[in-house]
Amino acid sequence: MLDLLWLIPAAPFASAAVLLLVGRRMPRKVVATLGVVSIAVSAIVSGLVAIAFIGSPPPGNAYDQHLWTWIAVGGFHPGIALYLDPLSLIMTLVVTFVSFLIHLYSTEFMAGDEGYARFFAYMNLFVASMVMLVLGDNLLLLYLGWEGVGLCSYLLIGFWYRDPANGRAGQKAFIVTRVGDTSMAIGLFLLFHMLGTLNIQELMARARADWPVGSGLAIAAAALLLGGAVGKSAQLPLQTWLPDAMAGPTPTSALIHAATMVTAGVYLIARTHVLYEIAPAVQLAVAIIGAATLLLAGFSALVQTDIKRVLAYSTISQIGYMFLALGLGAWSAAIFHFMTHAFFKALLFLAAGIVIEALHQEHNIFHMGGLRRELPVAFWAFLAGGCALAGLPLVTAGSYSKDWIIASASPSPALWAAAIAGVLLTSLYTFRLIFLVFFGTARTPVSKQPGVAEQIPVWVLAVLSIVGGSERPAYRPFMAHLFGATPKPPEALSTIAAAAAFFTGLVCAWYFLRGDAPATNPLARFWYAGWGFDWLYGRIFVRPVEWAARVNHNDVIDSMYDGLATLARFVWRGLALTENGKLRWYAAAIAGGTLIFVALVIFL
Amino acid sequence: MIRDSLILASVLFALGLAGVLLRRNVVFVLMSIEVMLNAAGLAFIAAGARWQQADGQVMFIFILAMAAAEVAVGLALVLALFHHYKSLDADEASRMKG
Amino acid sequence: MILLALIAVLIGGGMVAAVAARWSAAAARWISLLALLADFGLGLSIWVRSAGAAGPWLVDADYAWLPQFGIRFHLAVDGLSLLLLMLTFFLGFVSVLASWSEITESVGFFHLSLLATLAGIAAVFLAVDLFLFYFAWELMLVPMYFLIAVWGHENRVYAAIKFFIFTQLSGLLMLVAILALYFFHHSTTGVYTFEYADLLGTALPPGTAMWLMAGFFVAFAVKLPVVPLHTWLPDAHTEAPTAGSVVLAGLLLKTGAYGMLRFVVPLFPDAAHKFAPVAIVLGVIGILYGAILAFGQTDLKRLVAYTSVSHLGFVLLGIFVGNALALQGALLTIICHGISTGALFVLVGSLQERIHTRELGRMGGLWATTPRLSGAALFFTLASLGLPGLGDFVGEFLVLLGTYRVSIPAAAIAACGVLAATLYGVRLVQRAFHGPNVHELRLADLAPREGLVVTLMAVALLWLGLYPRPVTATFQPAMDRVERVALK
Repeated sequence: MLDLLWLIPAAPFASAAVLLLVGRRMPRKVVATLGVVSIAVSAIVSGLVAIAFIGSPPPGNAYDQHLWTWIAVGGFHPGIALYLDPLSLIMTLVVTFVSFLIHLYSTEFMAGDEGYARFFAYMNLFVASMVMLVLGDNLLLLYLGWEGVGLCSYLLIGFWYRDPANGRAGQKAFIVTRVGDTSMAIGLFLLFHMLGTLNIQELMARARADWPVGSGLAIAAAALLLGGAVGKSAQLPLQTWLPDAMAGPTPTSALIHAATMVTAGVYLIARTHVLYEIAPAVQLAVAIIGAATLLLAGFSALVQTDIKRVLAYSTISQIGYMFLALGLGAWSAAIFHFMTHAFFKALLFLAAGIVIEALHQEHNIFHMGGLRRELPVAFWAFLAGGCALAGLPLVTAGSYSKDWIIASASPSPALWAAAIAGVLLTSLYTFRLIFLVFFGTARTPVSKQPGVAEQIPVWVLAVLSIVGGSERPAYRPFMAHLFGATPKPPEALSTIAAAAAFFTGLVCAWYFLRGDAPATNPLARFWYAGWGFDWLYGRIFVRPVEWAARVNHNDVIDSMYDGLATLARFVWRGLALTENGKLRWYAAAIAGGTLIFVALVIFL
Repeated sequence: MIRDSLILASVLFALGLAGVLLRRNVVFVLMSIEVMLNAAGLAFIAAGARWQQADGQVMFIFILAMAAAEVAVGLALVLALFHHYKSLDADEASRMKG
Repeated sequence: MILLALIAVLIGGGMVAAVAARWSAAAARWISLLALLADFGLGLSIWVRSAGAAGPWLVDADYAWLPQFGIRFHLAVDGLSLLLLMLTFFLGFVSVLASWSEITESVGFFHLSLLATLAGIAAVFLAVDLFLFYFAWELMLVPMYFLIAVWGHENRVYAAIKFFIFTQLSGLLMLVAILALYFFHHSTTGVYTFEYADLLGTALPPGTAMWLMAGFFVAFAVKLPVVPLHTWLPDAHTEAPTAGSVVLAGLLLKTGAYGMLRFVVPLFPDAAHKFAPVAIVLGVIGILYGAILAFGQTDLKRLVAYTSVSHLGFVLLGIFVGNALALQGALLTIICHGISTGALFVLVGSLQERIHTRELGRMGGLWATTPRLSGAALFFTLASLGLPGLGDFVGEFLVLLGTYRVSIPAAAIAACGVLAATLYGVRLVQRAFHGPNVHELRLADLAPREGLVVTLMAVALLWLGLYPRPVTATFQPAMDRVERVALK
């Protein structure tokens, strides 16, 4: 069964290729079928692979499928090879399954769009790249998937390309994440130069053997990879692209900017966790970045007016939790939170999509309200997702994963406090959103109810958001093979504190955050603008580059050569004066020249 | 003897050159060239007489023949020039200006 | 014999095409196409038959030419020149197809010039007699000059003259260096010869070697082009007709890289080694400077032209870093850049044929009206900005990987060049193909002929991006020799 592994990325790749080449001439039904079935094949195969893997674990608890050698040059020979272990298995399962649901949802959501085939092609390409990223057995192949998802994200954010704002958002996402990718690429150079391979397992083994804890090289390598991770996962200081990324179609936001791609950074760090273990300084930095990001994004989410931007900031904040967990060495907790987050964040976005669709593309939550009765599906979905997001204790998946992270933070009071404060913030903005959208008076009439293809994914995800955390007891030992058995942190105090924060947030949201108009005080505006990062980066990076490009539009070096040409022309003008066409001047010149010549001969 | 003739030849040559450079009328330019040629001829004759060699006179005959040919070509050019420009001013014919 | 045939087919084909064009323009095009196909087949047969061949040359053809001066008509191929020849014929084929409807005046002379340029380029890759090499080097310029000056765009004469002056002057420096090497060789061995293999081991005083290397280097650096000798390139590329741009970017620039690998490093290993830090810095500057300039352009063709400056910076970097990774990376970059940039020029050319402008400001939203053309442009832009899975990525990644071993700062800064490529890449796509269709353009999408060209190139790039091993394996023996010399 395991040897079918290659089919998981191959099916969506093939479908994407077909759709890109001939999709425009295919009927919509065929396009939708192809797009969804290819992901279904991936999801089913990964399910079968998972059953086979768990049923009879291969030796070493990992399975390697070498397809072909990609490059073979001077000791560098990365393969196109897939690597399956508990970590990549969980990731693959979640990615393919959630993607399948979102594809199904898209068949209805995008039904009227002229770029139907293009949409499914990009989405399929995205899933294929993501699976490649997760399954790649070497960092170069991981980088291929990494860039692939970045590209698809760019294409999908700017999917409605007629509006230049969408294009700008897409460009921003692509460029900002590529800043991180550049750092990651340099990290790859370092790793290959020092350790002589890019195969992840060999790398980890050699790093552990060659580098002592705290060695400079380990710190540099881990920090460079972290640069890539913060870019892709929208963490400080490269978080600015994600809120703008909401310009894409809502299923895209659900798939890429919530459930899967943005967690690639989390995956990368978990995958190379050995590096971080021997570079404790960087690991601490991961935790601090996570804690700072989750607070910053939480505050920003509190004052947003666009329903999708609230969810975007919430995503940044939740990934901050995952980074916090990674930084604390709670690798399994981070991946567990990734899984539950994928369920409830996809759910929230899909529900938000239903709301937006029903209200004629209205995004502003202050123009919504009272949708509890008109859009019950969306309401219940939002309630389930929101409770999971905010961590309704004992009931929802989100609380299990988040409490685990908070408990892991208990050795460090500051980080623990940040995590608890994060719960309060999450609860505040989540219920602010729910109260504003679904309670109060209706401001915009509902024009469309979701159909079956939209409802099925929503219900499935809603159920998963509630019960998705219950398999934690089985999950722990499953991952323990990979990350080592970590002692179970005492959770009681954390759980109580988190529960208190959750209910405080819920109550405060009901009493203080149900106003009719967005807050306009300076602090709110500052948070609204994402703490001024865009403004700052505009000043430091964007404008200087644009200025340099504009000023040097005509290439100063060329003007140097032009100067040479001008000099030649100047000399030519001077000499041309002597060619005046007057016979007597020529004769005089001949006579004068002879005279000078004779004089030179005589006197020298 | 040779010194005096050479001074005379130089003076004649300088006069001829001055005529070429200063006169605008092409006919006078032509005449001035004749003067210069004859100045050179005189120098040859003087040198021939000084060293008792026939070469000086041979060269003079040669110059004479050349001067005749030159005048023939020159006058033809002058006529053509006159036809073209309706003038004998050398400065009028300045189409070679660069 | 087969090597002579490679050149003869091109020249003969060009002449027949020139004559045939008196009766039918289509005949001239078909004849050129067939000549290039025949050459491609010949090249392929050499490649297939020579797999695993030993010895420095895969095929060798040596004829006496001017024996009293030690000049021979000596052609030979190894893996390096063979693949560059294949690229030559492939891009030649593409250029003929790309100018099928663009060129309507003096069709015969056009194809003669095009095939003569290609023949000159092929001879450059084949020649191993330095005099013959110089001869071919100058020969390819003349028809190229005509291609730009006769069939170019608005400012064509200026561009053609600029191109000619730059390449001619730098070529003269190389001639001086070749002659000096020739006489030095005679003074130490008593033999007059231009033969590459004989000149390889010539003992030179270090100072002299540096000067002679500089002579060669400048000639190749102008072609490559190396900043600050690059300024002929944007003008020439922009003003040339599509076929001219493809040949310029895809092949003519590559003769510079080829020259560095074949002559500069092996003939003057010590001087090249001493010079390497300078060249590395120049390469890094070129990468960033070209990218920033590309970002600032509003003329689509000029933008693509400046990207060449940036990409060829990677090639220079790779050559002078000189380890196996970087050398292979430089070569892959040569091949892939030829294809991806060539394809972009083809697309820009077909766009210009439709809307008669290259100004980005007069485009926008073209995706809605020409989805195939826009999709293709997106594909090749992505290749150009180094998307993994496409050929350019492998080349540039290997160059950077190799550079890291020699100089960490150079590798880090050059890696930022890839980031800068993203800037101009997305800007190009956004300004031309995305956004609103403000000028309400309605254009015909790619015709089957253009579609064929683009598909061939896309498949080639995918192949090079996912399975470049046949290419790297063919390069390997030649690169081993260069690397041995460089490390000596």
